[in-house]
Amino acid sequence: MSAMKAKHQRLVLVVVALVALVGAGLLAAYALRNQANYFYLPEQMQADPPEVGQAVRLGGMVEAGSLITDPDGVTLRFTVTGNDGSRVPVRFSGIAPDLFVEGSGVVAEGRLEADGTFVADNLLAKHDENYVPKELEGMTQAQAAKMAEETTVGIE
Amino acid sequence: MIAEIGHAALWLAAALAALQMLAGFLAVNAGGEGDVARLVRPTAIMQGVLASVAFAMLLWLFATTDLSVKLVAANSHSMKPMIFKLAGAWGNHEGSMLLWVTVMSLAGGLIALVERRLPERTMQATLAAQGLVSLGFYAFLILSSNPFERLPVPAPEGMGLNPLLQDIGLAFHPPTLYIGYVGLSVAFSFAVGALLTRQVTPDFASAMRPWVLGAWVFLTIGITAGSYWAYYELGWGGWWFWDPVENASLMPWLAATALLHSASVLASRDALRIWTIMLGVVAFSMSMVGTFLVRSGILTSVHAFAVDPERGTFILILLALFIGGALLLFALRANTINEGERFAIASREGALVFNNVMLSAILAIVLLGTLYPLLTEAFDVRVSVGPPYFNPVGAIFAVPMFLVMAVGPLLRWRQDRLDRIRPEIALFAAVVIAALIWFGLVMDVAILPLLGLALAVGLGVASFMPLRGRKLTRVPLATWGMVVAHFGIAVALLGMASESAFSEERLAAVQEGGTTTVGPWTITLREVVPVAGPNWTATEAHILASYDGGEPVYLGPQARNFWAPPQETTESALATRWNGQLYAVVGDRAPDGRWQVRLWWKPLVTLIWFGGLLVAVGGVLALLGRVVADLRRRSIARKIVERRSEEEAFARSQAQEASA
Repeated sequence: MSAMKAKHQRLVLVVVALVALVGAGLLAAYALRNQANYFYLPEQMQADPPEVGQAVRLGGMVEAGSLITDPDGVTLRFTVTGNDGSRVPVRFSGIAPDLFVEGSGVVAEGRLEADGTFVADNLLAKHDENYVPKELEGMTQAQAAKMAEETTVGIE
Repeated sequence: MIAEIGHAALWLAAALAALQMLAGFLAVNAGGEGDVARLVRPTAIMQGVLASVAFAMLLWLFATTDLSVKLVAANSHSMKPMIFKLAGAWGNHEGSMLLWVTVMSLAGGLIALVERRLPERTMQATLAAQGLVSLGFYAFLILSSNPFERLPVPAPEGMGLNPLLQDIGLAFHPPTLYIGYVGLSVAFSFAVGALLTRQVTPDFASAMRPWVLGAWVFLTIGITAGSYWAYYELGWGGWWFWDPVENASLMPWLAATALLHSASVLASRDALRIWTIMLGVVAFSMSMVGTFLVRSGILTSVHAFAVDPERGTFILILLALFIGGALLLFALRANTINEGERFAIASREGALVFNNVMLSAILAIVLLGTLYPLLTEAFDVRVSVGPPYFNPVGAIFAVPMFLVMAVGPLLRWRQDRLDRIRPEIALFAAVVIAALIWFGLVMDVAILPLLGLALAVGLGVASFMPLRGRKLTRVPLATWGMVVAHFGIAVALLGMASESAFSEERLAAVQEGGTTTVGPWTITLREVVPVAGPNWTATEAHILASYDGGEPVYLGPQARNFWAPPQETTESALATRWNGQLYAVVGDRAPDGRWQVRLWWKPLVTLIWFGGLLVAVGGVLALLGRVVADLRRRSIARKIVERRSEEEAFARSQAQEASA
């Protein structure tokens, strides 16, 4: 290597860097195809359900009057509805996020069980007055319009 | 009046940035001399002063809650504690952009003031580039995000600051991060300047290095602080979410880390010229990409910033101009830069190059994972990418990087043999394998945390090996910096892996007076009471937590309700021991009167941030070492000049005497 010509070494470095970066890119592309969390609306989940156990997100409105707490005190059950009245039952164990209430939008991260219940590991609700999870845009037009005209306060 | 002074200062600073750019480029054309050339440095300094004035005026407006200013009315409230009034100045889009340009012009002013090592012509090209970049951001600020805009009618009361941001973390987190982001603009300008004048020399690298080090230290602190803040403030028990905004701060850090190391090679060995220039361009480009991602509102993020397509387009154009321009210049000039010194694969340079490439690969993976949702959205497929992608794919490159990082500092420059350091390699391998066996077979840890634990332990030992056989009092400060920073990486890695491998969680509904357990802790919920703060009310749980039957510790997690703007937040409570943290959150009341309590026992989790701080301390040590060496060099140079002039004076007087 030490006997290598100067031009030659630069070439080797460039090739090594390119190979690593292209490798990283291909690896990323491959992994992203397989591992991305897909987003489902309730109607999509009913028409074309994801595989049981596959990590996906479900986004919709929490149906009014559907929220019940199990006897253990920490398991929530509720129904998420879509635009056309389709409904998906959801089970969630944990502390619901701030401002998670019936009639508001929610994105549930989790997986579908064999009996058709969606088991959520995590609930993403509105963070504050101005923030709507991006996936909910278009579903709650009033909020989206409000968000567009107001400046959202944020963190950097 | 205050707002008008700020606004005027901003315009003047923008005009000076334009002047700095024009004068700089003219001076470069004129060979770096003449009246125009003498204009460049003072202009840059003055521009820094004016931008600071504008920022000071904004702080003033927030301190006095001047509700006739739109930004104050939208983001502040007269009832807020003073520290949050001030912090609110940069807790919004316009204010934080003003902070951005202020830091950028201060950095430009500072290099104009103190940097004397480089050829004057390269300095002028650098300052011209800095002026150009600043000008773009001034235009963005003034044309699309003016922080000093007045309301036609003053608001009766402010809208308040997002309660999540009403935390002491906000006072420090954004400014540190910004100094880091924008400090990298100096590296960018240096790179452009060096390309323009084709002066890619070791001098250039040693002039650039302290600036990169400084920016990198701030980035490290900013990321570490941000992570801890998210950890205790969001109440989810997580310390890193692979959120786009977190990635936006991680990407410049990765690039700056690579740049730091390659600048070292260039400074001490005159190798890796082109690679260093490239990284200088990439590092600041990543800062700008991050800004674009955050400001344009095109990504889903807990860091919800303004959703404004006009601003997004503006930043995208700036981004394309700056990054595209720099890359074009790079493409045109790269082949005219001579090859640097050669080196063997088994050498310090070889190890550094390898790790630079690995860092770049990780950077590419984070970038692709962050941008992928944007790409698919164009085809109306909504996707979010999270830990199942970032963790394993990143690890593929991180693991070899950590392995090389353990032995690289032991190698000699230029050419070395691996068998010379065989005992050290054997020790490192033995530690790693022992840890793999212990954690993998005995404790049955999953693969990624297992690798993390083993590498962390091995790296912790290996990071001190460069000191072996050396007299500790004579080791240079910069070497200590490297040792401490590498050890900090090992410590942080140990914390991350331990958190992921050994965390225990308990979610329970507990009645007042009831008890539950998590890990070695026994937790008793004494009572739940209402409390009130200056601008919020809350329910607070009084919890007594006892570790392994020992003396109980009091914890008071709260569920807070803010009224300006109306919002609920969970305030977690932490019990910190040397070996980990108990994390408690109180939730809603179940219909039967029990309270939801969520508890985590996270062994060694604090090491994550402690390690991050160690990395920063290492950076500070290295920076001090460089600055001290530079000051010494300058004073020697001055003494030589003095001595020479004395000798000349003496010779002249001798000659006069002789002629008399």
